[in-house]
Amino acid sequence: MKVKLKVKRTDPETGKAGYSQYEIDAPESTTLLDALIQVREYEDGSLALRCSCRSAICGSCSMRVDDRARLACRAKVIAITRGDENHEIKVEPMGNMPVIKDLVVDMESFWAKMRQVDPYLRPVGPEPEAEYRVPNEAMIDLTHTMACIMCGACVSDCTVLEVDKNFIAPAALAKAYRVAADPRDGHTHERLEKLSQYSGIWDCTRCNMCVEVCPKGVAPMNRILQLREMAIEEGITNNTGARHTAIFTKSITDGGRLNEVWMVPGSVGMFNLPRILTEMPGALKMLRVGKLPIAQMIPPGAPGSHKMTGMDRVRNVIRKSASLKAPKPEVKD
Amino acid sequence: MAVYEHDVLVIGAGLAGMRAAIAAQQMGADVAMISKVHPVRSHSNAAQGGINGPGVGEDGGPWEEHAYETTKASDYLGDQDAIEVLAKEGGREVLQTEHWGVVYSRKPDGRMAVRRFGGMGKARTFFVGAITGQAILHVLYEQLMKPSVFKAMRNYEEWFVTSLIVDDGQCRGAVAMNIRTGELHAITAKATIVATGGLGRVYEPSTNALICTGDGISLAYRAGAPIMDMEMVQIHPTSLMGSGVLITEGARGEGAYLLNKDGERFMSKYAPNMMELASRDVVSRAEQTEIDEGRGVDGCVFLDMRHLGEALIKERLEEIYEIARDLVNIDITKELLPILPGVHYIMGGVKTDVDGLTALPGLYSAGEAACVSVHGANRVGANSLLDTLVFGRRAAEHAVPWLQGKKFKPIPESVVEKDRAMIRGIIDRPNNGDRIAKIRRDMGVSMSANVGLFRSPDRLNKQVEMLKDIRARYEKVGVEDKGKVFNTDVLFHIELGYMIDCAEMITTSAIERKESRGAHTRLDYPNRDDANWLKHIVLTKQPDGSEKMSYTPVTITQWQPQERKY
Repeated sequence: MKVKLKVKRTDPETGKAGYSQYEIDAPESTTLLDALIQVREYEDGSLALRCSCRSAICGSCSMRVDDRARLACRAKVIAITRGDENHEIKVEPMGNMPVIKDLVVDMESFWAKMRQVDPYLRPVGPEPEAEYRVPNEAMIDLTHTMACIMCGACVSDCTVLEVDKNFIAPAALAKAYRVAADPRDGHTHERLEKLSQYSGIWDCTRCNMCVEVCPKGVAPMNRILQLREMAIEEGITNNTGARHTAIFTKSITDGGRLNEVWMVPGSVGMFNLPRILTEMPGALKMLRVGKLPIAQMIPPGAPGSHKMTGMDRVRNVIRKSASLKAPKPEVKD
Repeated sequence: MAVYEHDVLVIGAGLAGMRAAIAAQQMGADVAMISKVHPVRSHSNAAQGGINGPGVGEDGGPWEEHAYETTKASDYLGDQDAIEVLAKEGGREVLQTEHWGVVYSRKPDGRMAVRRFGGMGKARTFFVGAITGQAILHVLYEQLMKPSVFKAMRNYEEWFVTSLIVDDGQCRGAVAMNIRTGELHAITAKATIVATGGLGRVYEPSTNALICTGDGISLAYRAGAPIMDMEMVQIHPTSLMGSGVLITEGARGEGAYLLNKDGERFMSKYAPNMMELASRDVVSRAEQTEIDEGRGVDGCVFLDMRHLGEALIKERLEEIYEIARDLVNIDITKELLPILPGVHYIMGGVKTDVDGLTALPGLYSAGEAACVSVHGANRVGANSLLDTLVFGRRAAEHAVPWLQGKKFKPIPESVVEKDRAMIRGIIDRPNNGDRIAKIRRDMGVSMSANVGLFRSPDRLNKQVEMLKDIRARYEKVGVEDKGKVFNTDVLFHIELGYMIDCAEMITTSAIERKESRGAHTRLDYPNRDDANWLKHIVLTKQPDGSEKMSYTPVTITQWQPQERKY
């Protein structure tokens, strides 16, 4: 099978970047990593990439393949090209991290964020003589998150991180779930409080990108949603994210639709005037085009607030969705 | 020039290295860890099936049972004093990792669950699905991310060791290249612990990661430390068709069958009692015999997991389900998985005592790079992780008190200059049309053919000639990458040199051992010969560059050698 590659190269000494094109012959079973190794070994010894285990356990070989972060050893060439030998596979280093050379990026920011979430068990009380007695279900659940190989694919393609470098980002938040949800840990509440602050769990926009690119089915966004549920259950609601969730729910439960007038004050806090003022230009614009109906001036839940017809059906939907939890991890197909 | 000085320098950041570093740091030493890859990229990740837990509750069983089974599986080449240490202290290490946060699978009562592993009389192997090594490795790294530890410990991440510093009969650290800059530095240390893992890439194919190139074994050999049991190369019964990736023994532990092309559970002919869970050397030889006698398909036999059911497979063997699906497009819940024996582990390595100390003062070794010897002629499944933790910790516990009061000795710049010149020599070498990858492949394929499962004088002698040719080609081959930053071309060149050292030691020792024991099968000496060969073969490089071969007796405490039957 013919394999065409277009690999982004960065010269570490000059910082100059460009693309190298390669064409090799390889068996149909070839993974993208096999192809890149073949290039490095027999075509161009100066091509730099990290790789080690070849079986998706060491997490070294994440890179962008046709604009999406993937683990090269997990990516079959024939699946990328859909059998089209003329498809030139574009291979680039991961995003959101500085490039050192070719496909090798500097992951220090990745690890710094990991350290930020206190990613180690902090039990309280004396250590038991034997093991901690904990339910298997909890361990199986955590095993799915421990399956994270720290490859960085989710961080590479995180759309929030692209605009806010402070966002703790999916991988570290998944790790935060692993410790916060561990029944042996004694600091769950404290962890959730810290995670509820700026750049934490409420800064995720739920774009789902990390779920799509994760090669291990860890689904970091769903772990973030679980952390949000845990935080609210722990009563950690004095923050924009949790308040937004509350006013959103209240608005729908009360009137069946989003009350745009009260969303902002409800989320940022009724008396947070400076913050509310920053939203005014947007609000005025909405008002001008009729997106802030007069009927919504009455806050949700207050007497006379606007209700759409068929509220029984709406409440049914709400009741059902409230009983749902964030999806558990599962084997990705 | 920056000065790098530490009490303890740990080379390698897999389980043995990290366990040693944590122990030394807890004892108050100034510790540095150096690794050519980030710690969580280490090959300890690949240990899927589990870790034996002798003495942990009822399931772990009495330590004596584990020690006996380890001895028997070693075909009585394991040193029983060391095996006793492993069995007595292993349980504590398993519990320590649980207390640190490893998410071991549980039984309904909340205690840790066990599965059965090959060579063990009962289920005593604790596990985290099929990611046990990864889970322990990541939890050890979690410990290193604690602010107090992170600040105190220097982590030379993506640094590559080019030589050990030996001065005045002592090891005093290492010369290493910062891969990110290409600069070489001397890192001096009062104690140096080599925990660089195995050498599987000396063979092609192999279950091992591309980084398993025997660096530490070769570095210690070049520094003059004795190397032991190098003929003992474990060939794992279940590596995947094609890439040779590992399929955990845990699959057979959960009840998977081995079938030949006629659908026969052929192990009934070779190990009627233990069947698929006989010792690894026994199962691998059985498979190869089936394949050689025409009862395989495309050089493979089959692993049958269909009867285990989808629920159990997805809970306990998820990693295998994914590997099979992604690499060979097979659904193991419905189809047979083609597998074959694959090179997996080196029982031999840097000769140490039970405290990890080598014959060279200041130099310690632990984990797969070391040979204590607890594995003898054949390692039992789920003992490798245990070995790394017990002896990683013990090396640090011996080194830290030992180095108290010792002073750093200034290292002359010429020591670093020598390695700089070596690298310049590689970079300046003209292209002669040969390639590192070609030489490595020729070495690996020939090692598999000639020093693999079944060894004969013809094959072994052929390999000696082959390796002479390979070394000659190695001396002449150059690199394409002439840059300084992340020049992997140069690293692969140096690694190939380490691998050739290892290949030569394996072949020399395999020629010397004129019997069949454990993983070492000689077609011309089919039986075990306790009268002449109940001893280790030790290779030591002499100051003049020649190699000395010697023997050291096997330590026997409670278990006299018996015929090994499964």
